[in-house]
Amino acid sequence: MKILTCPLNGPRNISEFVWGGEVKIHPPLDCTDEEWAAYAALENNTAGVVREWWYHVPTAYWIIAERDTVKDVILRTYPARELFKDRVDYDAPAAPAAGDTPRETP
Amino acid sequence: MVFALLKYGLSKHYPAKHQFPRPRELKKSYDVVIIGGGGHGLATAFYLARDWGITNVAVLDKGYLAGGNTARNTAIIRSNYLTPEGVRFYDESVRLYQDLSNDFDLNILYSERGHLTLAHTDSAIRTMRWRAEVNKHFGINSELVLVDDVKRLCPQLDCSDTVRYPVLGALYHAPGSIARHDAVAWGYGAGAAMRGVEIHQRTEVIGIEREGVNGTGGKVTGVVTNRGTIKCGKVIQAVAGATTRVADMIGLKLPIRTIPLQACVSQPLKPFLDKIIVSGSLHVYISQSSRGELVMGGSTDPYALYGTRSTLDFKEGLMMHMLELFPYLAEVKLLRQWAGMTDMTPDFAPIMGETHVQNYYIDAGWGTWGFKATPVCGKRNAEMLATGQVPDLIKPFTYRRFPEFRQLGEKGAASVGH
Ligand SMILES: Cc1cc2nc3c(=O)[nH]c(=O)nc-3n(C[C@H](O)[C@H](O)[C@H](O)COP(=O)(O)OP(=O)(O)OC[C@H]3O[C@@H](n4cnc5c(N)ncnc54)[C@H](O)[C@@H]3O)c2cc1C
Repeated sequence: MKILTCPLNGPRNISEFVWGGEVKIHPPLDCTDEEWAAYAALENNTAGVVREWWYHVPTAYWIIAERDTVKDVILRTYPARELFKDRVDYDAPAAPAAGDTPRETP
Repeated sequence: MVFALLKYGLSKHYPAKHQFPRPRELKKSYDVVIIGGGGHGLATAFYLARDWGITNVAVLDKGYLAGGNTARNTAIIRSNYLTPEGVRFYDESVRLYQDLSNDFDLNILYSERGHLTLAHTDSAIRTMRWRAEVNKHFGINSELVLVDDVKRLCPQLDCSDTVRYPVLGALYHAPGSIARHDAVAWGYGAGAAMRGVEIHQRTEVIGIEREGVNGTGGKVTGVVTNRGTIKCGKVIQAVAGATTRVADMIGLKLPIRTIPLQACVSQPLKPFLDKIIVSGSLHVYISQSSRGELVMGGSTDPYALYGTRSTLDFKEGLMMHMLELFPYLAEVKLLRQWAGMTDMTPDFAPIMGETHVQNYYIDAGWGTWGFKATPVCGKRNAEMLATGQVPDLIKPFTYRRFPEFRQLGEKGAASVGH
């Protein structure tokens, strides 16, 4: 059994979580189709330390974990709000590019 | 045969055949370099040499021959997929498989068993009917059968309605088969080596040399390995779980995630299970090998990993459902377990063909379903390398389908179906 420490619920069996894939940078809303497809489909698939989404199913809570995909160890977990400060407003006119700040992934 | 038995039974020296020449130095240059000596790479080399007379070819593998997923798969061969592109492709592969033992003069233990994909829900029945119709359209022997026929075809299966997910019916594919996976790789490797192809084990590709890279992909000119740099005309990569690491060397980003797939076998039993049984809803599949072992597996691990460890979670989840289908297996012991690193795509179809780099080709995205495609990949990759034209059968699998929003949607047939 592998333990993942949830910032809300403490150490839990990893089978209580669903893996959500790597954290990606949301492209600006007026991006090209090609950029959007890249965001939606392409993967870094890093061999090494990655930052990714995990979802604690019983409490419906999304978290971020830093994990080594070669050594199979979880290095750090924290609430998603540490990374994502503001929401993407899909109704607003195209927002300026967010630079390197990650934005909330839908 | 009888005399040979007598002669060599009495003699101390058995005439063991050396199928692979001893390792030697890398040459300075090759017409074609194949990265990855799994089934796909070796098959590509075989058809290049046999069908196109191209023998100045090197197959490079960082480990030992066919020690990747080719050595780890559960050897299910079938063509009853869901998309027309998939069905056509796998159909050619199954036909090639049927002649392989003769082509190689080596018995690959190809064994036609009949393949049942069980349906436990109305929606699964609907998907099976859809698959059967697509299959029949392409002349594939495939039909939807209801529970009475499932009982007749596989009386070993618990088809009662006292279980949590009773069997309602199945997609029945009579040509569904298994084969000895190692023999497939050896046959291709030996056949290629016999015709002059060089196979270099423990030769890891660590870089790709290109020219004319001015904002474009340029053109491949050579391959850097841990044993030195070699020049080459064309390159194809067929490295399964290592796809991203090699594609990174030409700056090609792909929709691939490396996720382990685990499997296990039981202690050998007398032959009792002829059919190959798969349940997508229960995430399990099982067949009995020619050695009598029950070969079992399920869906991929719950998260990406570059590793081949086995987990208890996998076995508990697998057996919970397996015992629902075959309650009397509860007493049987497991013998071995293992895992392979699969290169999973989001639409459960492969990624093949040209890349943005001239003369650099790819054979990837074979996830949990690529053993059955070994012959057709080899044959069509060879055609592509020899003619410079992408064969029609391969065209739909281009990585460009993602930016162009033309995904293939093979999930209904490939996720746990193998
Ligand atoms: C447990 C399991 C069960 C499966 N069951 C089935 C099944 O029932 N039916 C089915 O059709 N498919 C199945 N598959 C999928 C199938 O095994 C694979 O899709 C197929 O074997 C891929 O073959 P390959 O030759 O492309 O890759 P591999 O056999 O993995 O060969 C790739 C080779 O590339 C080498 N390599 C990697 N990086 C480098 C480098 N930098 N330089 C040089 N060499 C390198 C590796 O050492 C390896 O030998 C299963 C897979 C697993 C793991």
